[in-house]
Amino acid sequence: MSHDHDHDNELDPFAARVRALETILTQKGLIDPAAIDVIVDTYETKIGPRNGARVVAKAWSDPAYADWLKRDATAAIEKLSYSGRQGEHMQAVFNTEETHNLVVCTLCSCYPWSVLGLPPVWYKAPPYRSRAVIDPRGVLEEFGLTLPAEKKIRVWDSTAELRYLVVPMRPKGTEGWSEERLAELVSRDAMIGTALAKEPEGEPA
Amino acid sequence: MNGPQDLGGQMGFGPVAPERDEPYFHPAWEKRALGVTLTAGGMGAWNIDESRHARESLHPADYYSSSYYQIWIKALEVLLKRHGFITERDLAAGKAVDPAATPKRVLKAADVPAVLAKGGPCDRPVAMPARFQAGDHVRMKNFNPTGHTRLPRYAGGKHGTIEAVRSGFVFPDSTFSVRTKLKIRSMPAPL
Repeated sequence: MSHDHDHDNELDPFAARVRALETILTQKGLIDPAAIDVIVDTYETKIGPRNGARVVAKAWSDPAYADWLKRDATAAIEKLSYSGRQGEHMQAVFNTEETHNLVVCTLCSCYPWSVLGLPPVWYKAPPYRSRAVIDPRGVLEEFGLTLPAEKKIRVWDSTAELRYLVVPMRPKGTEGWSEERLAELVSRDAMIGTALAKEPEGEPA
Repeated sequence: MNGPQDLGGQMGFGPVAPERDEPYFHPAWEKRALGVTLTAGGMGAWNIDESRHARESLHPADYYSSSYYQIWIKALEVLLKRHGFITERDLAAGKAVDPAATPKRVLKAADVPAVLAKGGPCDRPVAMPARFQAGDHVRMKNFNPTGHTRLPRYAGGKHGTIEAVRSGFVFPDSTFSVRTKLKIRSMPAPL
């Protein structure tokens, strides 16, 4: 083991614990450490919320696609090649004037990896998981999102395998925008339901 | 089981405190923790429901004081020991000491993209018609199974309406128990 590794271990006992586990499994031929590199690279650089934003932008632009996404999100998302691990079975839930949707997994941290990438820490942590189902309005306030009292909030607690994607409402003033440009308005949080789509900044030239 | 993971409706955990421009990983070891967990899962010795159960079986004091990837690693050690891939002696030594069970397969780097793209679909052909139809009024069971269940405590005993009937899916409560209940009983409780 190199000096750097030992130094890391002194700083963080958990780093040492993970390193030991990886070492044991590698020495026994049970895992390929290069496979870990590929997994990390995949979720750092290839699979992230840009995927979901493209799905939303297409739904905003193409009514036939939006209808398909509503009826069979798994197939509609697969069409854009954003299916895969932790996105095997999908449901898209559409925000409307009357209803806002919010996604949580109270029991673990189920999350649509194939369209949103790895979940943020807050999504996996007890404060969000515990309160989203009893105080969704209060939770949204903590994200700086205050919804009108008459707006209904629907909370989706993920099942074992079905993953939810929130389709936010398309902001006004974006008529005629390309899908690429629309996708810029769709944040990760908007697709979890803890934000709305961003408003366009100024008028297009 | 309604263990520490069964968080819906509990109070006292404080504000959500979302982090701005959060990185995918915080300490660098989280990258290896993700990868080790996924590659070890690639051996095919346990399913996702068993790994969820291993995480929720951590002692509540341990679960609540651990970060998410710490929970993953602690549960992974339990699974690896349970299935004969590592021993306490290996962990104490920080290197391979004891022989290991033979895995069904080893996930190689070259196969990772295809494996991630395929995922693990959980729909299954079911010969019988669904017991409930959309619109049916139902009451959730109020039970306390020791194995994994997807019925959260806050929903137990509650009344509701069936909203949609989907195709057949794996039932986590039973896929988990059939495979490993006996094995777990013979293991000392973690921590």
